[in-house]
Amino acid sequence: MDLYEYQGKELLRSYDLETLPGIVAGTAEEAARAAETLGGTVAVKAQVLIGGRGKAGGIAVVHNATETREAAGRILGMDIRGHTVRRVYVEGGAEIEKEYYLSITVDRAAKRPLILFSTEGGVDIEEVAETKPEAIVRTHVDPLLGLLPYQVREIVFAAGLEGDAAKGVGRTLTHLYEAFEGLDASLVEINPLVLTKDGRVLTLDSKITVDNSSLYRHKDIADLHDVEAADPQEQRAQEVGLQYVKLDGNVGILGNGAGLVMSTLDVVARAGGEPANFCDVGGGADAEKIAEALDIVTSNEQVESVLFNIFGGITRGDEVARGLLSAIERTGIGLPIVVRLDGTNAEEGRRILAENTPENVHTEETMLDAARRAVELARNGGR
Amino acid sequence: MAILVDDGTRLVVQGITGREGAFHTGRMLESGTNVVAGVTPGKGGQKHDGVPVFNTVHEATEETGANASIIFVPPPFAADAVFESLDSGMKTICCITEGIPVHDMMRVADFIGTKDATLIGPNCPGVLSPGKSNVSIMPRDIFTPGNVGVVSRSGTLTYQIVNELTQRGIGQSTAVGIGGDPIIGTDFIEILGKFEEDPETECVVMIGEIGGNAEQLAAEFVQKEMQTPVVAYIAGFTAPEGKTMGHAGAIVSGGESTAEAKSEALRGAGIRAATNPSEVAELVAEALGR
Repeated sequence: MDLYEYQGKELLRSYDLETLPGIVAGTAEEAARAAETLGGTVAVKAQVLIGGRGKAGGIAVVHNATETREAAGRILGMDIRGHTVRRVYVEGGAEIEKEYYLSITVDRAAKRPLILFSTEGGVDIEEVAETKPEAIVRTHVDPLLGLLPYQVREIVFAAGLEGDAAKGVGRTLTHLYEAFEGLDASLVEINPLVLTKDGRVLTLDSKITVDNSSLYRHKDIADLHDVEAADPQEQRAQEVGLQYVKLDGNVGILGNGAGLVMSTLDVVARAGGEPANFCDVGGGADAEKIAEALDIVTSNEQVESVLFNIFGGITRGDEVARGLLSAIERTGIGLPIVVRLDGTNAEEGRRILAENTPENVHTEETMLDAARRAVELARNGGR
Repeated sequence: MAILVDDGTRLVVQGITGREGAFHTGRMLESGTNVVAGVTPGKGGQKHDGVPVFNTVHEATEETGANASIIFVPPPFAADAVFESLDSGMKTICCITEGIPVHDMMRVADFIGTKDATLIGPNCPGVLSPGKSNVSIMPRDIFTPGNVGVVSRSGTLTYQIVNELTQRGIGQSTAVGIGGDPIIGTDFIEILGKFEEDPETECVVMIGEIGGNAEQLAAEFVQKEMQTPVVAYIAGFTAPEGKTMGHAGAIVSGGESTAEAKSEALRGAGIRAATNPSEVAELVAEALGR
């Protein structure tokens, strides 16, 4: 789960990271009032869950309430790479001496947290990584020991920091690691982390991704989930523990397991079709979950046919068949549904379907045949 | 021969009385797996499908000589179950549980380094050596004994491909689902190395997914260390681009994690890369000279 900058900063403050004062605003008027409260020069920053807002014009530095109102009016409602700006963060100014980059992420290959620090912050850090890799200090942390003080010193010295900068960055790093661990984050990124002219080290931006699997022990963070920003069907799917993603075609796809679902998308594309969406019911889905998933997939108006591809392991074919039938009965779905069922209890599942096949349900033996059939039915217009 | 699990596997099922644990214990027993014990705290002394249930893994091991475990414990308690298994001396541990916090898994992965043990998963279907031992939730009917090793990040896609192999009359030595989580106990490379050493395995199928760079690392390994032919398939050519925040991920993996980029890296390393599951079986047949 990604957090907005203002949410991330509030959490980071609770871990003693230093930020500038800021106020979140949903209207231009609120933003103007925030600027008056803060006084002086302020930054008006679009709150979106995607990078690149600066380049897209989503940040403005302004000097009074009138300018703030104008800037906020322009930024609110803007579309930044598919994300609509519904809030801005109005933040006080600072005299910046130097900009750094600091992040902690999960290094999948090393299976450990990885700290990246660079004195060349603020700019396109990915470009720095490519053209000047030596400008980025990389340090792995032993998750059982945590970040050790000597490692903090090593990072600071390797980056060539001295005085206030060394002290401030060291302190920030220590607290940021505590936040990374405490928040169950898979990413905490500060770009830029700045050294001010008066020697303070401040967190000027915040990108935090909290591990979804840990949300059961972070109710406060789970509550921050932005319901409005999510697609309503994606939102509904998430509430019942399904993975749902909306696309642009006309074949609805329902399957179990990320790999099989992705492969199904590929096969549909090769059969000349375009997926309208996909829903992964995951492992061990019971009849009720299957019914819910079918309902979500078909509630998308673009869907003309549904490809139902299940290869059961922990998911049982009989449960799948019962779920499918109960969903059709309950919702009266009339769209053509192509079913391909294999694996655990698949025979039982196929028997259940064969005994009660509604008119709109077609069964196919293989994934390729099922994909071709679904694409053909969609082309003929299922609705 | 096979890898990881075989005739000598003595299995303990952690979470044997839960819904999934109970169901799959029955199926593993039907496959002829030597399930010697089950563990559910507080249910020690009971029997499930004729298998004695213990309160702790230590107790189960002392009483039955178990040397491998499979874990069906809910996510909040699963990392603890792996630690318990490791401390009890299990050599092969398959963690089926999906949704374990990534920080828990980093600690587990760190601790494994101090033990002589292999953790498969989490969020995986387990390991199955056809005709020898089934420590998995995989549907056994689709398997047939043979000489193709299968290693995969995806569960259901493995079934799909194994099914295609079997239908072509190509059997499997061992199928290993390494799991799709960000942090897993065992990577492609370690399994590929075991297959390379296994005299019975004549060809390896590697099934990857988009995201991360495990497939690229595996490609390097195959090129440098393996004589056994490898056939690969990456799912997700048409998957939508992920909306990942921040730059750290891209800096760490140092490249693209799309199916296209991965397949290219694989082909660059001389690996046959298929574009759909059916093609995998064709390429394997070709590699085996059939």
